Amino acid sequence: MPKLHVQTSVNGDTLDFLCEPAETLLDVLRNRLNLTGSKEGCATGDCGACSVLLNDRLVASCLVLAAEVDDQRVLTVEGVARGDALHPVQQQLLEHAGLQCGICTPGIVVAAKSLLDHNPNPTETEVRFWLAGNLCRCTGYDKIIRAVLDAAATMRDDRSRVSA
Amino acid sequence: MQTTRYEAPATVADAVRLIQADPDARLFAGGTDLLVQYRMGVHRPSAFIDLKRIPELVGIAVDARGLRLGAATAAAVITEHREVSRLWPGLVEAVHLVGSTQIQGRGTIGGNLCNGSPAADTTAPLIVNRARCVIVGPEGERIVNAEDFVIAPGATVLQRGEMLVAVLIPRPAGRTADAYLRLIPRSEMDIAVAGAAVSVTLDAAGVCTAARVAIAAVAPRPLLVPDAAQALIGSTLDDESLRRAAAAASAAATPIDDKRGTVAYRRQVVGVLTRRAASMAGARAGAQK
Amino acid sequence: MSGEQRFKYVGTRPIRHDGLDKVTGRANYGADFTLPGLLHGHIVRSPHAHARILAIDTSAAAGMPGVMAVITGDDIPKTTARLMMGEGGFDLGDMGDNLLAHDKVLYQGHAVAAVAATSPELARAAAEAVAVHYEVLTPVMTIDQALAAGAPILHDGLTTKGQPAAGVPTSPTNVAMRMELKRGDVDKGFAESDIVVERTFTTPMVHQGYIEPHACVARHGEDGQIVVWTSTQGHFNVRDCSAGILGIDAAKIKVIPSEIGGGFGGKIPVYLEPVAIALSRKAHRPVKLVMSREDVFRASGPTSGTKVRMKLGAKQDGTLVAASASLYYEAGAYKGSPAGAGAMCAIAAYRIPNFFIEAYDIVVNRPKVAAYRAPGSPSSTFATESLIDEIARRLNMDALDLRLKNAATEGDQAPYGPKFGPIGLREVLAAAKAHPHWTAPLGANQGRGVAVGFWFNAGMNSSATVSVNTDGSATVVAGNPDIGGTRVAQALMVSEELGVPVERVRPSVADTDSIGFSDLTGGSRVCYATGMAVIEAARDAREQLKARAAKMWGTDAAHVGWDDGTAIPLNGAGDRTPLTVNEIAAKLAHTGGPVIGRATVNPPMAGPGFGLNICDLEVDKETGVSRVVRYTCIQDVGKAIHPSYVEGQMQGGASQGIGWALNEEYIYDREGHLENPGFLDYRMPVASDLPMIDTVLVEVPNPLHPYGVRGVGEVPIVPPLAAVANAMRDATGVRFTDLPLSPPRVLEALATD
Repeated sequence: MPKLHVQTSVNGDTLDFLCEPAETLLDVLRNRLNLTGSKEGCATGDCGACSVLLNDRLVASCLVLAAEVDDQRVLTVEGVARGDALHPVQQQLLEHAGLQCGICTPGIVVAAKSLLDHNPNPTETEVRFWLAGNLCRCTGYDKIIRAVLDAAATMRDDRSRVSA
Repeated sequence: MQTTRYEAPATVADAVRLIQADPDARLFAGGTDLLVQYRMGVHRPSAFIDLKRIPELVGIAVDARGLRLGAATAAAVITEHREVSRLWPGLVEAVHLVGSTQIQGRGTIGGNLCNGSPAADTTAPLIVNRARCVIVGPEGERIVNAEDFVIAPGATVLQRGEMLVAVLIPRPAGRTADAYLRLIPRSEMDIAVAGAAVSVTLDAAGVCTAARVAIAAVAPRPLLVPDAAQALIGSTLDDESLRRAAAAASAAATPIDDKRGTVAYRRQVVGVLTRRAASMAGARAGAQK
Repeated sequence: MSGEQRFKYVGTRPIRHDGLDKVTGRANYGADFTLPGLLHGHIVRSPHAHARILAIDTSAAAGMPGVMAVITGDDIPKTTARLMMGEGGFDLGDMGDNLLAHDKVLYQGHAVAAVAATSPELARAAAEAVAVHYEVLTPVMTIDQALAAGAPILHDGLTTKGQPAAGVPTSPTNVAMRMELKRGDVDKGFAESDIVVERTFTTPMVHQGYIEPHACVARHGEDGQIVVWTSTQGHFNVRDCSAGILGIDAAKIKVIPSEIGGGFGGKIPVYLEPVAIALSRKAHRPVKLVMSREDVFRASGPTSGTKVRMKLGAKQDGTLVAASASLYYEAGAYKGSPAGAGAMCAIAAYRIPNFFIEAYDIVVNRPKVAAYRAPGSPSSTFATESLIDEIARRLNMDALDLRLKNAATEGDQAPYGPKFGPIGLREVLAAAKAHPHWTAPLGANQGRGVAVGFWFNAGMNSSATVSVNTDGSATVVAGNPDIGGTRVAQALMVSEELGVPVERVRPSVADTDSIGFSDLTGGSRVCYATGMAVIEAARDAREQLKARAAKMWGTDAAHVGWDDGTAIPLNGAGDRTPLTVNEIAAKLAHTGGPVIGRATVNPPMAGPGFGLNICDLEVDKETGVSRVVRYTCIQDVGKAIHPSYVEGQMQGGASQGIGWALNEEYIYDREGHLENPGFLDYRMPVASDLPMIDTVLVEVPNPLHPYGVRGVGEVPIVPPLAAVANAMRDATGVRFTDLPLSPPRVLEALATD
């Protein structure tokens, strides 16, 4: 069985790769593109550590076939910061100590960024349900939720400053 | 080692040809169940037939007659649709309950139905909303009512070479609303232990003139429960009629004991959910002008 | 006295040094590492819970193209060696048999063979081609089954160690150990009691639930030199266990720890590393082994399922006078449950003059248990704190007042022997009484529960070095994997000692070749013991800097003082200008060369910790579903180095305990097959299950540590089981004695109540 040739955009870079037809996007990101920021915690879509955006939509990359992303747009945790400017979610996770071991953090960063893209002013409950698919065993979620709420507030402030 | 192909047909006809030619191929929409089963070695299909590049399988259309949901429309696309949320709040609640945000970004309405799971969250609300399933196969198109689509755990009416293309839902009559409730031990991320969907129509005096009740995860397939609906029709959804509807739902349930719940528990809880969903649907219908 | 110490850096909340890499996805964890020529391993696991291995035919697998090595238990020597660690140790024979079974498989998922191939898919296919012939035996799945007369025996050679019960055969048996703790006259104590409460409690086997599966890479050189890259709580432990099991010198093995994605005790044992070494030795190429999530649940981790029968007696005024308890803990497939620790913790919070506690370590056909956060304490404490709650209700006493009346304090003899030094239980109880949560009104269908918890905390061995660079910045190197912010805490300690700002201190975790021996990251010991080594190393560096300042001044070191990063002249050198670290550092090459402070420590004692949780639970009485709606953790932490990460330990431990109380459990069928080896059905708490978790840090300094630090990581998981169950009792009127409080169990109890 010949490998498939896939052309796609990852973190803004146009690139191509060869993959097996049944290979997941997560495996290609990690093993072929050396983007190991997306983690495999379960491979069944239950932990969220492999979260990426596919055409701006939050998905679990362990449940996406690599072949599907031909001609699509993928954003991984490695592409969330812009140069030396961290995304507010990343900055607030650092300031709130919203990570302990850090294995869930890449998935949390991508999922929370996606939430704030969709909803700039989420309630605590909305943050908690949006992130329900991102398991964290270390923090009890408290500091993560506070970080995301503060990131949202920071981004709203920035926007109002720009519009003013 | 057996290898698996990946195909992404552009038309329904091409997809039908592919699955007719190869019974070991599997239709692939969101992949949220299929890839888990593949990973666990439950299925080793000869090919994944990706349906998301077929335009008529993806998208939402609402008009005066009702709603057409392309079978490969992702859950998140449905929950973000304002008109659909307004007209079928119970259905959208159910769609919103299918897994995490990540799963909703991929999992599709058609996939949830075609899995044939007794515990599928969206099937019961599709049933109470009189959804019809548009099936295309080598012989052409046929329509099957949602309550007849799943026939046993993991089994549907789809024959070799057939595929689900869309789900059609008639526009609800005035003062009609639906609701869906399920029970899971956590607040998210679980498979339903029991579920209940109710649709009711009220007259100007608040009397229920039409109702449908369907229950999930308590029988080999999602089940329409006419007795529960009968208990509601003609009532003002008062406590006594709600209680009778709950009893009818419990009586119709034929659940199993498994790691997610016991027979007695499921039977009791499905009644509670039916009562609450009926009350919620009634409140929604009554709030309409 | 350390309580009067003032700190400049300790107690602040800087951003952790390893944080940027972790929020950007750059940090490398166990499965992220690769090497040229890397082979992928796959482990063949038993489908049976209990079976004799009759034959293993590896020929078909070995003959497959791309398969470079196949090994079985024959490649892991049988050994009788032990590896000592702290007070306990590892039986390396059991550990080796757990790596690859030799004669019998003892749980579903027990490894029997391993393959290495050029791709993960090939390795998996080859593993499927290994033919294992079993004689299936009757599995022993529960404590009651293991103790029944005529029960199948897991290990023919197992005898009951410790203090075997009189009149019970000690061999053959499934009881690996029995121990007793006693004081006073327990019968007399109960006779003098005004009220006696007695119940039997059970807790399910649960998993640590770390999100990162076990993973490693091993390379065995033709010269016998071995390098292992792995995610572990203790890389020296991996080295020494691997060397002991494989019968090679520790000096042949270098272990490089990756970042670690959670452990909670579960990443202390070796599951993969010696297997990867053996595969690499055979294949002459590096080999990677990564567990699937299913493997993690079936074959790593869990902690004991338990049964505890307990009886407490009290006077009318609430004074506790007698306690008796029988603790039965599942060890899993090999001896070594934390039953003994459970016994020692059970009533450690209280002065009880008369007690008798016995504890049994019982083997069953489940995975060998590993440490899980305060191992043993949550289950026995669940019994104690439930009964204390019951006594308070029976006596109509405030639950905190009852505990305060009996609370252990400095000078009391702990049930496990030594006298308590300064401990903070009373301060914690007082903080609870003062907390607004304790008196806040409850809503409909809500109940409130409270419970306290105890853990010893560990000392053990640690090493550290502190180097001062010529620009005045500093590097601190220690040997403990950083599982939750210990690097930033170590940097804070160096800042405190040297006066160098924390962002100019680089903290680092070194491999086994690059730092002195360090026991594992566990036992809540890193900020305490390794912190002590770091402080001593920093002080060593500071003394050297003072000597250099003396040299620069041309005076004696006795004339140099130190204040916040500056050498200051003392009597006899009064005319000299103070020298900053930067100024001294710039001259190092001219005053004697590099400055490296070093320290090794092995504190024998650690300073026990107490915590308290208040839980508000809302119960849907028609469905049995409950939700935690408010939660407060109060703990004596000694001294918080980085308060945010201390709070995080409390919040994380609480949420694990809440999961244990409400939904988590291993579900086995009758044949011993695990039915829920995945996150979907092993229901750990998700973000929407929990409220914010309030924390109160009580600081009663630990005199054994220079800053007063106490271990903080384990205590937090001890109180939640009873705090949640007591809240359930308050909300429903029903005393639940079996966890988890899953909806079907709750509804059934409400219906029959």
